[in-house]
Amino acid sequence: MDIRDAMIHFRLDGRSGVPPYRQLVDQVRQAVSLGLLQPGDQLPPVREVVRQITINPNTVHRAYRDLESQGIVEGRTGSGTFVLALPAPTTTPQRQSELHQDFMTWLKAARAAGMDDEAIVALVGFAMRSENVSNQSVTP
Amino acid sequence: MSSLIPAVETNGLGKKYRRIWALQDCSFSLPQGRVAALVGPNGAGKSTLLRLLAGVSVPTTGTLSVLGRSPRIQTVDALSRTAYLDQDRPLYKDFRVGEMLRFGRELNPRWDDARARRHLDELRISLSSRIEKLSGGQRAQVAVALCLAKRPELLLLDEPVAALDPLARDELMHILLESVTDDATTVLLSSHAVSDLATVCDYVIILSSSRVRFAGELDDVLASHRLLVGPANTVPTLDDAVVISSVITGRQTTMLVRSDRLIVDPAWKVIEPTLEEIVLAYLREDAFSRPVPDEFRSRRGRGSRNSVRIVQ
Repeated sequence: MDIRDAMIHFRLDGRSGVPPYRQLVDQVRQAVSLGLLQPGDQLPPVREVVRQITINPNTVHRAYRDLESQGIVEGRTGSGTFVLALPAPTTTPQRQSELHQDFMTWLKAARAAGMDDEAIVALVGFAMRSENVSNQSVTP
Repeated sequence: MSSLIPAVETNGLGKKYRRIWALQDCSFSLPQGRVAALVGPNGAGKSTLLRLLAGVSVPTTGTLSVLGRSPRIQTVDALSRTAYLDQDRPLYKDFRVGEMLRFGRELNPRWDDARARRHLDELRISLSSRIEKLSGGQRAQVAVALCLAKRPELLLLDEPVAALDPLARDELMHILLESVTDDATTVLLSSHAVSDLATVCDYVIILSSSRVRFAGELDDVLASHRLLVGPANTVPTLDDAVVISSVITGRQTTMLVRSDRLIVDPAWKVIEPTLEEIVLAYLREDAFSRPVPDEFRSRRGRGSRNSVRIVQ
């Protein structure tokens, strides 16, 4: 397969703490959600990915298996791995816009209280971690 | 051969040179088809371990099996299944590259001459070049190409990329991974360049002070270690986490922990560390033998390999 025919070109950040297979999974998911990859498109064969980015073939297999179990792609014996129909979005655009409005109101209040970007990000991080704590206490 | 048999299995392996232990109590199992990185500081015992696995030296204690047999059983068949490249990359310096190839062809029953020629061609190394006229990097490339032409089931490489420029290193890793893709070769390579290994390896063995500090799947290593950043003089809720290293400054504590559970103390920020950060934490712990706070002491010990993903 010629590199120009490939729909997606992977990148790898060796200095990231994100495991390489998850970097590939995230890149495919992102390309699908941006419409760069469409149903029926073929993911580059494992051998080709190894050639492109000097990655362990086991890692590519693992990423493709992961994407398959998420229902994003389908492996067809002998012919490759293909993008499936896109999964239905979890929220409607209208609900998403309502949530955006709510958040903008909150953001305005935070600004009025004198919080800067860092303080807001820290607070959001803290809130999400606290949410994990309460989730964990429900299912130990 | 059955893929259920580990490529390498060691149990309590030790090697003593005169009165000094170069390797002690080394136990791990490497499944077939993996690309394993053997990392650790100079003198940690990396070369000693590779020499034992290659059968060129005899253990003082413990047992080892390579592809299901003792590496000391050196029949033609056993020798053709394993390739070992010493860190000195021994090649006959008066030979031309083509003569080195013929040498390999005459001595190895499974020799793949076409593959060796293709690799050397990709690496832009002429068969008529004399070994002594090649650069250090090119010699390393020739040596690895010769190892791969053996079509081994297990490839043991001692510092294969040391002293290679980034392009040469990438080209070398590329021909290596191609053979892993085609033949499912198991590779065990030692290296200092930890950050380069994160994308190439799927198994990690950390050696320090002649002992195995950690051996496991790269994904498990990354998933089971977390950097915690929080206020000084407090202790995060850790359950059975093992503290690998901790740095306390005036107001902040940074610690690297190994845990099979979720770490969700809201006061602490949880970061996914890089492989390099994890390796350094293990090596640093050894270098300073930092005392471990009492509250963690009883919990130190073996972590399970089947780790639960940690949510941030």
